This record gives sequence, C-alpha cells and structure tokens, in this order.
Amino acid sequence: MAIRRAMSGRIMDRTAVFGARYMSSWWRSVQPAPKDPILGVTEAFLADQSPDKVNVGVGAYRDDNGKPVVLECVREAERKIAGNLNMEYLPMGGSVKMVEETLKLAYGENSELIKEKRIAAVQALSGTGACRLFADFQKRFFPDSQIYIPVPTWANHHNIWRDAQVPQKTYHYYHPESKGLDFAAMIDDIKNAPNGSFFLLHACAHNPTGVDPSEEQWREISHHIKAKGHFAFFDMAYQGFASGDPEKDAKAIRIFLEDGHHIGIAQSYAKNMGLYGQRVGCLSVLCEDEKQAVAVKSQLQQLARPMYSNPPVHGALIVSTILSDPDLKKQWLKEVKVMADRIIGMRTALRGNLEKLGSPLSWQHITNQIGMFCYSGLTPEQVDRLTNEFHIYMTRNGRISMAGVTTGNVKYLANAIHEVTK
Amino acid sequence: MRPEFTSPSSSSSSSADRRLNALVRHLATASTVSQTTVAFSPTSGFHGDSVFSHVVRAPEDPILGVTVAYNKDPSPVKLNLGVGAYRTEEGKPLVLNVVRKAEQMLLNDKSRVKEYLPIVGIAEFNKLSAQLIFGADSPAIGENRVTTVQCLSGTGSLRVGAEFLARHYHQKTIYIPQPTWGNHPKVFTLAGLSVKTYRYYDPTTRGLNFQGLLEDLGSTPSGSIVLLHACAHNPTGVDPTRQQWEQIRQLMRSKALLPFFDSAYQGFASGNLDEDAQSIRMFVADGGECFVAQSYAKNMGLYGERVGALSVVCTAADVASKVESQLKLVIRPMFSNPPIHGASIVATILKDSNMFNEWTIELKAMADRIISMRKQLFDALRARGTPGDWSHIIKQIGMFTFTGLNSKQVEFMTREYHIYMTSDGRISMAGLSSKTVPHLADAIHAAVTRMS
Repeated sequence: MAIRRAMSGRIMDRTAVFGARYMSSWWRSVQPAPKDPILGVTEAFLADQSPDKVNVGVGAYRDDNGKPVVLECVREAERKIAGNLNMEYLPMGGSVKMVEETLKLAYGENSELIKEKRIAAVQALSGTGACRLFADFQKRFFPDSQIYIPVPTWANHHNIWRDAQVPQKTYHYYHPESKGLDFAAMIDDIKNAPNGSFFLLHACAHNPTGVDPSEEQWREISHHIKAKGHFAFFDMAYQGFASGDPEKDAKAIRIFLEDGHHIGIAQSYAKNMGLYGQRVGCLSVLCEDEKQAVAVKSQLQQLARPMYSNPPVHGALIVSTILSDPDLKKQWLKEVKVMADRIIGMRTALRGNLEKLGSPLSWQHITNQIGMFCYSGLTPEQVDRLTNEFHIYMTRNGRISMAGVTTGNVKYLANAIHEVTK
Repeated sequence: MRPEFTSPSSSSSSSADRRLNALVRHLATASTVSQTTVAFSPTSGFHGDSVFSHVVRAPEDPILGVTVAYNKDPSPVKLNLGVGAYRTEEGKPLVLNVVRKAEQMLLNDKSRVKEYLPIVGIAEFNKLSAQLIFGADSPAIGENRVTTVQCLSGTGSLRVGAEFLARHYHQKTIYIPQPTWGNHPKVFTLAGLSVKTYRYYDPTTRGLNFQGLLEDLGSTPSGSIVLLHACAHNPTGVDPTRQQWEQIRQLMRSKALLPFFDSAYQGFASGNLDEDAQSIRMFVADGGECFVAQSYAKNMGLYGERVGALSVVCTAADVASKVESQLKLVIRPMFSNPPIHGASIVATILKDSNMFNEWTIELKAMADRIISMRKQLFDALRARGTPGDWSHIIKQIGMFTFTGLNSKQVEFMTREYHIYMTSDGRISMAGLSSKTVPHLADAIHAAVTRMS
C-alpha cells in the first residue's frame, strides 16, 4: 500500500529510509548521448584484443614505436618547477608570463602589436577552451552574428558554437574530387556572406583534411575577407607541427596582420608541446589600442570566471618555463621538428607503399596534405571494413591520424587500405 | 574599375594601406579577381576600427579584486583577508607535505604520459572522490547509482551540473541562499538557469534565519533546484545544526526539491572529513537524488590546479549511466577533457592509506589553526571592550567570518589600517596569524567606535 501511494506521487512523509526502487528518478527521460565520434574511436581501440590493431584515430602524436611522447624539454621543465612554487590561484586571465610568450609565437617575436599592448589575451583550456571563450564572447557582444565554419572541420567546432548559441553557417573548403582546396567556391562564399560576418579559419594543418591554402591563396582570402569587413578567427592547434617550423606555420596569420585585420586566435599546446592532458592554450583578440585591449580582456575574464574561475597552473608553468629559457626553447624547437619530420616521412612511406601495391587510385594527396591528418577519401563503409577486418581504427570520415603510423605498421596499413579500395 | 580606397585615419594602418594597395594592384590585373569596388564596412580592420570598439571595461571581480588592491598597497602592516586561500602562521601559502610527496612520485614515474584524459577525467579519481564525499560504504555507490565526472574545481563542477540541469531538468530555477559566494549567481545564469534566493543569514543574530529558510523553501514551486552549502557556508560561516539539516531534508523531499550541494570545505570546517559530509550523506541516505560539486582547492591546497568533481546521485544505475553520457556532451564543447595534473595528485593521495592519513592530519592542523584564530580574535575584541556581541566569531564555522561590519566600516578599515576584505564584511580567517590578530582587533575596534 505504502509503495503504491508513494508511486502515485502524493506528498508523503519521506523521512523513512526509502529504498531507491520506491522513488522515481527525475532523469528517466534523459536519453543516452551518442558517443563522441573522435574520442569514441580510441575507446573502441582499447577494447580490441587483436595484436595487429592500429590506432590512427585521435590526433595525439606517437613515436615510431607507437608510444606517446613526453618531450625532453617538458620533462626538464617539470624537474625545474617541482617543489619550487606554490599552487595559488592564477589570475582569471591565467599566467601572464605564459600568455606573453604565447603571443610572441603567434604574432611574431618582435611584434609591434605586442609592444603597443593592443592584444587582449587570456590563458584558456587548450584550443577547445579558447574557441569556447571566443564563441561566448562573440555571442555576448555580437548577439546577432553567426559563425562561418569550413566544410569539413573538427567536429567539436560545431558543438562549441552551438553551445555558445551562435548560429552557424558553412563555407566550401574541401574539394573531394581533387582532395584539395575548393578555392573558387571558398572565395565565393566569403563574398556572398553578409558584410561583417565571422569566419573560422584553420591557421595551418587543417583538421581533418590536411589541406591548407598556399601563401598566394591566403593573400587572396585575406583580401576578400577584408573587402567584406569580415572578422577572421584563427584556430591554430598545430603551430610547428605542420612544416616543423613555427614561424612558417604562422604565415597565414602574419599575412592577415600585415593586411590590417583585427583577428582573434585560439592557440593550443596540446600537440606541439605534447601537453594534451594539461589543457594549456590561449585566446587572443587584436584590438585598436591598449585601452580597448584592456576592456576586451576584462570581458573575457568575466566569461571565464563563471565557467572555471581561473585556469590550471601546472601546464602554464611548463610552457612559460620552456619558452622563457633560451636553451629549453631551442630544445623544444628541435623536438617539434623531429615530430613533424617523422609525420612527413610516414606520409611518403604510406603513399609509396600504396603505389608499390599497384593501387589503381591516386594517393598523391597523402603527401600534398599537411599536418597530423590525412583525409584519405575512404568511405564510411570502407572504414568499417578496415576496422572490422583489419582492426584499424579511424574516424568514419576517412581521416587518418598520420601520427599513429609507424615504420612498423605502415605496410600493414597500406595493405589494408589497398584491400578495401582495389 | 580600379578599387577605391579612403585614407586610413590611424597611423598604424598606413603601412597596411600601402601593402593592400600593392596587393590589390597586383590582383586587379588577374582575371580571377572580380572587378567590384572594395567597400569598407564599419567592421573592417583596415580603418583601424575594431569590431569590438563597443566593448566596455568590466568591473573588477569583487573578491579577486581585493587581492589586486592589496598587492598595490605599499604599507608594511597591510593584511589580506580577502580571498579564501589558506595561509600559515607566517602568512605564507601552504603546499601540503603529502601533496609534495605525491608530486614527486608522479615526477619520478617515467611511465606517466600527458595524454588526453577521457572526457569524464581520471576514473580512479572520480571513484575515490565519490567515496570521500558519500562514504565508502554508501549504498548509492554500491548500487552504481552515482555518476562522478572530474571538473575544474568547485566552479567548474557547479557550471557543468547547472548546464546539464538547464538542458534536461523540467525546472529552470535555482534557489540560492541569501547571501552566498559572489560567483554563484553568474555560474547559474550563464548556464541557462534563472536564479532566486531564499532567506539564510540573520544579521540581527548573526546566525541562521531558520524560520525564513523554511518558509521560503516551503513556498518554492515543487521540483525547484536548491543550492545548499554542504558545510562552512561562504561567506557567513553559519551552518544549520544536525537537527536543522534533518528538517530541511524532510521539507525538501516532501516538495521534491532537487538539492545541489556545493562542497568546497570538506574537512576544513570541523577538521573531520566525515563530519563535514553529514549533511550530504543524510540526503543520500533517504534514497533520493542530488547533485554534489566537490572542490579540492582548499582542503588539499590545490587551488590553482583546478581539481574538483561533480557527482549526480540517481535512483537507478541505468539512469546514472545515461546522465553521465549527457554530462559528456556538456563538457566536450567547454574544454574537451579536464586537466590531468591536480587530479593525479589527489588520486595518488586518496588511494594510499598512509598518504590519506597524512592528509587528514595536515587538514586538521589547518582547520585547528583557523579555529584558534577565531578564539584569539574574539578574546582580543573582548579585551579591548569593543562594543557589540562578537560571539559569532567563534560560533561561525570554516574559513570565513561574517563580521557584521558594513561597507563604510570596511572602507575605513582599508583606508586607515590597510585591512583588505570584501565590502560585505567577510574576513578570511585563514589570512590571520597570532601576530596580526591585534592589528585587526584594533581596526575593528576603531571602525565600530568611530564609524557606524
């Protein structure tokens, strides 16, 4: 009787210890969420028992033995900082030192803009956090604006601007037939967007396609974006990783700065310093003058405070220790080049192997594309075959993380790809 | 037709102007560039106008702004009683010995990597955090009815929980105590909830307005979310008694109000971890549901590492699992996955019984020092014959004392005595030492007798 009364929802004295089964949950109608398309791949990989399994899913660097890498410069920095400092709260805007060094990487070591203090910048939770802060900022100060996102892009970009409640549009980017850039259509989309739209650009090593505009193409993109008065927001998650040279990888940004754009940049140290789990990044917004930069920074902090109050200190300390020590910085630059070179080497090897197998298809795009990812052109069905028959894990859009390719598995991978595409 | 340009107004664009001119001349001869006039809209960077010109400077955060002001003050007797970060007798920040030990262990473990954590964070950390707050023998844990996700300290846990509620819960209003931590309202409104208050602090008694609390919670719509400070209420230090908690629980369950606990001071209030978790455990024991935001900022001194956890206690295991999957959808577009360092330290300590014990001893020492500061301040005011009843200083619990001083008195104390505190009269006892108590007592005495 008591159970029936309880279940009918009538107000009762619930001071008695009820078993869980007598109370209905508020959350019964909550649907199970779909697995994250990217991170779900690694979960599936880990669960696979096969000795041949290959993980070319998530974009985390692996050495030639397929092992994750902690950079030597990072180990050295951690030894330096352990036991020395306290763990007090950082300011809301994060580590000033880390931000200063980070801006130099993006804007240039001797950038006038930095000297003139025109850049509003805060430490952010890696690239995701930087994009999210910017999206929230965009929503707050341009509530009627929308963001133009390339097709395709990192899947989480859509989630970020959606959760910030900024409406999204897309612009042409990848050209499936040539497995390159759909430049004419991209320029058309820039021209057709209403004046003053917000455009998301990948500064280098486009994720997931690996297709970057050439320098000349970037200049033209800059010109048209300027003509329309659009706002250019750069997501730079792979500086140093694309060509092996951070300065070279910042070329697109530098072109825009030369052309006078007031840009925004999301920077991440997840890949280029191997600090993935530390969540270290930076959001910067170039302003007219110092006064405005102060105002914008204060507003960015107002968005960070109710999200996480202030950012984590450990990763930021590693970054600032490395970048402010000339020897450690030199070591870092060397290690970044090693990582980038290994990936470039694997591109050559994978393409070479496929051609040696006599594949009827063109695999030129493997070496044309740049950065961590290769947009293979494989269909979801072919990807499923790779997973089910060969225990090869990648995202269903055919994106291969080249960082997961090693001299040990490149032949096996080439064979498998050949099998499902011949 | 050649594109036209207007001269830029700011000097910094003149070189950009020249380059753009050169570029367009170059491109204008190419057939790929369409022959349209280059129109500079107001948002064009070329003019030197920023799209964000209309952004005004935000006011300083009232709590963190206190430390900013303190840092600027050159006075040798200045005292920072603003932000709630623990200080030693020497006025220094403290890294617990056991934390240093854990850090060394992590550093020496060459097999450790810095890979991305899963979206929900370190599994071991989550499990141990749930055990810490709910009790290792909690039936909710035993029955797999709890989902715990690693978040960025208390703030991050509150925000993730609130975003989930804004999306999935039928009631979009959260009731917060009057007063509460300054950051609470913004956390909830930015998450998409609306915020209302319930009476909590009684300025006349400097204690709990229990009648007002019961009345206000009693008149909220059924199913509303209610924010509860698990212990050591911030900023007042006023906590309900055990019996009062029981009454609150009964009232809330009878109206199906959803409890959202903010637990930022477990172990810091009484010095005993289990004792400080009693309010939460009472609610969990009745089989009902609740949200809990846990922070390790104070009790493990991990402030800047941003370590915390959000737990959702559900009535069934399958529900908890579904809830977890939806929490991931909140987290992924916010920061993808949580920071590894601080949570690794916590897990290292919690899973080792020796280190755990060491921690409880260091934690009790911090709590005891604060209790001692309360006693010393109370005695010092009594010795000066400062008018008023100051017993609330020793009755209140946790890091803060709500002195009852008004903003004019606070301003006076800052100006004349270089005491830095929030304008609501809240002082962080953790910022006091035996050496500085006399100075504070003088300041309070002066403020009370010379300003009303």
